[in-house]
Amino acid sequence: MDKLLSLLEENARLTNAQLAVMLETTEDEITARIEQYEQEGIIKGYTTVLDKEKIDKDYVVAIIELKVTPKRDFGFEEIAKRVAEYSEVESVYLMSGGYDLAVFVNGKTFKDIALFVSKRLAVLDSVISTATHFLLSRYKEKGFLIKEEETDERSVSFL
Amino acid sequence: MIDYNKIIPEKIQAIKPSGIRRFFDIANEMEGVISLGVGEPDFKTPFAVRQAAIQTLEKGRTWYSANAGMFELRQEISKYLKRRFQLEYQPREEIVVTVGGSEAIDLCIRALLNDGDEVLIPQPSFVCYAPLVTLAHGVPVPISTKAQNHFRLTKQELLDSITDKTKVLILPYPNNPTGGVMRKEHLEEIAEVLREREIMVLSDEVYAELTYNGTHVSIAQIDGMWERTVVVNGFSKSYSMTGWRLGFAAGPAPIIKQMTKIHQYAIMCAPTTSQYAAIEALRNCDLSIEHMRSEYNTRRRLIVDSFRRLGLDCFEPEGAFYIFPSIQSTGLTSEEFCEKLLFAQKVAVVPGDAFGESGEGFIRVSYSYSVNHILEAVKRIEKFLISLK
Repeated sequence: MDKLLSLLEENARLTNAQLAVMLETTEDEITARIEQYEQEGIIKGYTTVLDKEKIDKDYVVAIIELKVTPKRDFGFEEIAKRVAEYSEVESVYLMSGGYDLAVFVNGKTFKDIALFVSKRLAVLDSVISTATHFLLSRYKEKGFLIKEEETDERSVSFL
Repeated sequence: MIDYNKIIPEKIQAIKPSGIRRFFDIANEMEGVISLGVGEPDFKTPFAVRQAAIQTLEKGRTWYSANAGMFELRQEISKYLKRRFQLEYQPREEIVVTVGGSEAIDLCIRALLNDGDEVLIPQPSFVCYAPLVTLAHGVPVPISTKAQNHFRLTKQELLDSITDKTKVLILPYPNNPTGGVMRKEHLEEIAEVLREREIMVLSDEVYAELTYNGTHVSIAQIDGMWERTVVVNGFSKSYSMTGWRLGFAAGPAPIIKQMTKIHQYAIMCAPTTSQYAAIEALRNCDLSIEHMRSEYNTRRRLIVDSFRRLGLDCFEPEGAFYIFPSIQSTGLTSEEFCEKLLFAQKVAVVPGDAFGESGEGFIRVSYSYSVNHILEAVKRIEKFLISLK
C-alpha cells in the first residue's frame, strides 16, 4: 500500500505539509495524490474513531443474522437496501454461509433492540428468520485496540 | 560497624552514576508524562525471531554454548558482515558473540589497555566508554566534536589529541545521541592519521543499520584499517532485540582471542536462547530491518522539520533514531531546559550534557515513537517555548 495511505489511515488529521515532509515531496503533490485517491474511491472518507461506551454508558449493539427469500430480478438487493434505510441500522452486509444478511444495530437498551427486531425486521415479507447476538465487549475497533492500551514498558532512558 | 567507604575503592566510588538517572526517576513517577527519552526501538522483535526462540525453549535446548558463541551463529554473522558491509571475518577466530554490544566494548577495552594507556573518546557519545576505560586502568581522553561539523570527528581534532600514550580511538558512529554519521570521505581522513601509528580503533557500529541517505560504511572497509579495527555491533537496535542482550565483536584473531578469554571467565557465554533467535534474525529478517528503517526515516523527517519550525536549530541527523537540537536560543542550560519542560508540559527529553561536556546547549530527542506520539510531544514543546518568551 502507498505509504501516504497508511499514514492517513493511522491519522487522517496529518496536514499536507506534514505528509509532504515525511514522504519527501511537495504539498502540491500530496494534495493531487489525495484528490486522485478520493476520485478513484480508494479514500472513501474521513471519520473519527470514538469510544462510544465512554460517551453513552447505555449503548447496546447487536448483530442480527437474517435469512431472507431473494426476489426474482432483484436478488438480495431490494431487501438489503430496505433494511439499510432504518436509522437504527449501522451496517448491512450480504454474507456467504448459514445466513444471508448481517445487520449491525445500535440501541439504548437490549429491549430497544429486541423491539426493533420483532416490530421492524421480522415482519418484512422476505425475512424468513432472525437471530440476534448482542455485542458484549469491544477489544479492537477499526484497527485500534480499545480497552487495554498497550503501555510503553521501555524505561531505560539514558542509553 | 564496617566502614564501606574504606572497603569500596576510591576509584570505584569516583565513577559518577549517570547524572540523568535522578531526572528520569522523577519523570517516571509523574502522571501523564509523554516521553521522547528512551534509547531503544519501539518495534517489537520480529515475530519469526520470537517464535524461533520459543521453539528452542520448548525443545529444552537451553545448554551453554561454545564460549565464543554458537558456531552456526558466528557463521551467520560472518555472512551478514560481508553481505551488508563488505567486511571479511572468519567465523572461527575473528568473531566473538557477547552479551549485547556493551559487553563487546568492555572486552575490547580490557583486552587492549596497559595501565595508563589513553583512549580517545569523541563526545557527545554513549555514556559507557569513559567509565569502562577507567575500570581497565586506562585514561579516558574526551574529544569535543562540534555542531558545525555535524558532530563528526575531524582529522585535526584527532591529531590534536594523540599523544605517545594513545592506544585506542573509539569511533561511535552512527552516533548516539547526535544522530551524526561518518561517511567514507570522513573516515578516509581519520584513516590517514591512524595508518602510520600503532593505535587501534574500537568502532561501535550498533546503529549501522539505521543509516539514512545512503548506507553505512565501516572504518574497517578503508584501506589498511581492517587490521587496526575491532568492529562492535549487535542485534538490539537493528532487529529490535534490546532485551535479548546479544551483540558481537569482529576483529583480528589475536585480539578476538584475548577478548574471548576474558569473556569466558567473566560471562561464560551469551544466552543460548538469544543466540538461536539471532540466527533466525540474520537468516530471514532483512525485510524487517528495511521496514523499520523506512518507518524511522519517515519520523526523522517529520521531527526535524517540526523542531526547525519551532525555531530550534537542528542539523539533519543521518543515523540512529535521535535528533540533537540546540536549545541555546532559549538562554537555558540543557538541564534547566529539560527540567522546566518536564514540569511545565510533562515532556521528557534528555539533556545533551549527559553525553559529555560538548553536549551542553543541546537536547537528545528520540523518535523511536509513533507519529501521533511525536506530534503530541511537539505540540507541548511548542506551548513550552511560547511560555518562555
